[in-house]
Amino acid sequence: MILYLLCFILLLIGLYGVITKRDLIKIILSLAIMEYAANLFLVLFAYRKGGTYPILEEGREIAMMVDPLPQALVLTSIVIELGITAMLVALAVRLYQKYNTFDITKIRRLAG
Amino acid sequence: MIIPYLIIMPLLAAFLITLISGKGDTWGVIFSILTEITLIILSVIGFILVLENPLVYNMSGWNIPYTITLVMDSFTGFMLVIVHVIALLALMYSVAYIRHLSKSWKYYALFMLLITGMDGVILTGDLFNLFVFMEIGLFAAYALVAYGNRPEEFEASFKYAVMGSISSTLILVGIGIVYSVTSTLNLAKISEVLATQPVHVVNWIGAIFLVGFGLKAAAMPFHAWLPDAHSSAPAPISSMLSGVLIKALGVYVLIRLIFNVFGFNAIFSRVFLGLGTLSIIAASLLAISQWDMKRLLAYSSVSQVGFILIALGIGTRMAIFGALFHLLNHAIFKGLLFLNAGTVEMCLGTRDLKKMGRLGKVLPITTGTSMIGTLAVSGLPPFNGFFSKLIIIIAAIEAGFFSTAGVAVVGSLLTLAYFMKFQRYGFFGDKVIEILDHKPGLGMQTAMVCLAVLCLVTSILVVPQVRELVMDPVINAVLNQAKYIELVLGR
Repeated sequence: MILYLLCFILLLIGLYGVITKRDLIKIILSLAIMEYAANLFLVLFAYRKGGTYPILEEGREIAMMVDPLPQALVLTSIVIELGITAMLVALAVRLYQKYNTFDITKIRRLAG
Repeated sequence: MIIPYLIIMPLLAAFLITLISGKGDTWGVIFSILTEITLIILSVIGFILVLENPLVYNMSGWNIPYTITLVMDSFTGFMLVIVHVIALLALMYSVAYIRHLSKSWKYYALFMLLITGMDGVILTGDLFNLFVFMEIGLFAAYALVAYGNRPEEFEASFKYAVMGSISSTLILVGIGIVYSVTSTLNLAKISEVLATQPVHVVNWIGAIFLVGFGLKAAAMPFHAWLPDAHSSAPAPISSMLSGVLIKALGVYVLIRLIFNVFGFNAIFSRVFLGLGTLSIIAASLLAISQWDMKRLLAYSSVSQVGFILIALGIGTRMAIFGALFHLLNHAIFKGLLFLNAGTVEMCLGTRDLKKMGRLGKVLPITTGTSMIGTLAVSGLPPFNGFFSKLIIIIAAIEAGFFSTAGVAVVGSLLTLAYFMKFQRYGFFGDKVIEILDHKPGLGMQTAMVCLAVLCLVTSILVVPQVRELVMDPVINAVLNQAKYIELVLGR
């Protein structure tokens, strides 16, 4: 239970960073923290106390294995997050070229 | 089996365009238009087929617990037809419009990825697969919003990407929780298992998904990214995003999850009504104060999605008909209006309503079609918007939601108010304009005329015989949870 709680706190730290930070790079890092917390959540759901690796061999019980499906999901979601993070960094670079700053309070042409 | 081709073809086209194109955009145009025409034929044939018998396709021939299922019932077919009609017309419009920005194949490759994402989300019967396709579509959308290479477009795209990532993370956590409760990712199985769970578990899971997909659908407290992203994107992309993306990724998924998987109950109904009411009133008031043409249209999208949400909240058979009908209508007239705004922006070089004037002489087709779009969105007969709003209001009164009916009436009046402003300043202003920066191309005009005709033609769906033929199977698919489970699991 304490693990889930810590994981949830990690998610909230990420969310806090996204909402309060003013630097584009820090926002991207906070998003990464949030996404890691979500991935950790998935892995934790799959974990069983004293569980072993999920490969079927002779003489091994299925009941004692950890669930492999969420691990596959996490791998997929890490790949997706890599793409999105690369996209965000590229956008941040272009924004820096256009505005000469990483500060979001100074990047404000859109309002209302 | 036509189901997998609806996903494979745009994906293949995206990569073929990338591989074959040299510097210019000729191959991009040819491939994307051909793909889109094929897809529209496939989806119409598919819709006609599934009106009788829904189709299920198990990927790579495995059976249910191991496979990813693609499901095509009449609701799916209905959404696919909407997506591809708008996509084909937006693509037709793009050819002339995008060449005036840049001559590159990248636009067409990204456009095809956007279609792949939406098709995948609509067709899939697997929760995690839905997430993956959603990300493919969103990824293309982020890139396309920033396509015009101006500072404010990067700003809008960054904002959109950050908000999108937050909502995707929430959805991923939600998927984790669903998996830990039900030990399956197949939507039909989830639906079966959740029916045996205590109701508060279902409600909490529903809450997470409501926030996640509410952000994608831009319901009012979650709308902050939409006016920026939709007003900064190139015009055909605005019409894709506003017309179909927020519906495919937001509203469609919410309907599928709440009605077919979690089971509709009083709490969901109240949340939908609350979100819808807030969206209609607040977004309409914000729209009235806008002077940027496309920003006004973007706020209008938020408020029109509100109409769909209140209709879903009412939840009777008639209200669902209203919701789906309004979804179709909004895709058509908002697509049309964004294309009009794009033409005006291209021809005058500005989006500011104060700098526009009388355009009737120089842009007769744009002025005429925008008039039709305005009348449709404001709900004047005989255009489609009138009938869908009328049905929603009648359904609210029938079900005893009098205050909701009042909100819908007030919302319609406010819509009329801000579109009066749109017309008065944008097309019938005092200053007579005679010189244009660019001339609109033939493709652009054809697309606008087609959409304007559709505004009138779709009104035919209120005729009882046509409704029974086309809409009744769709409404049955939405309302009949047991049938969806039976269809996928084959019992």
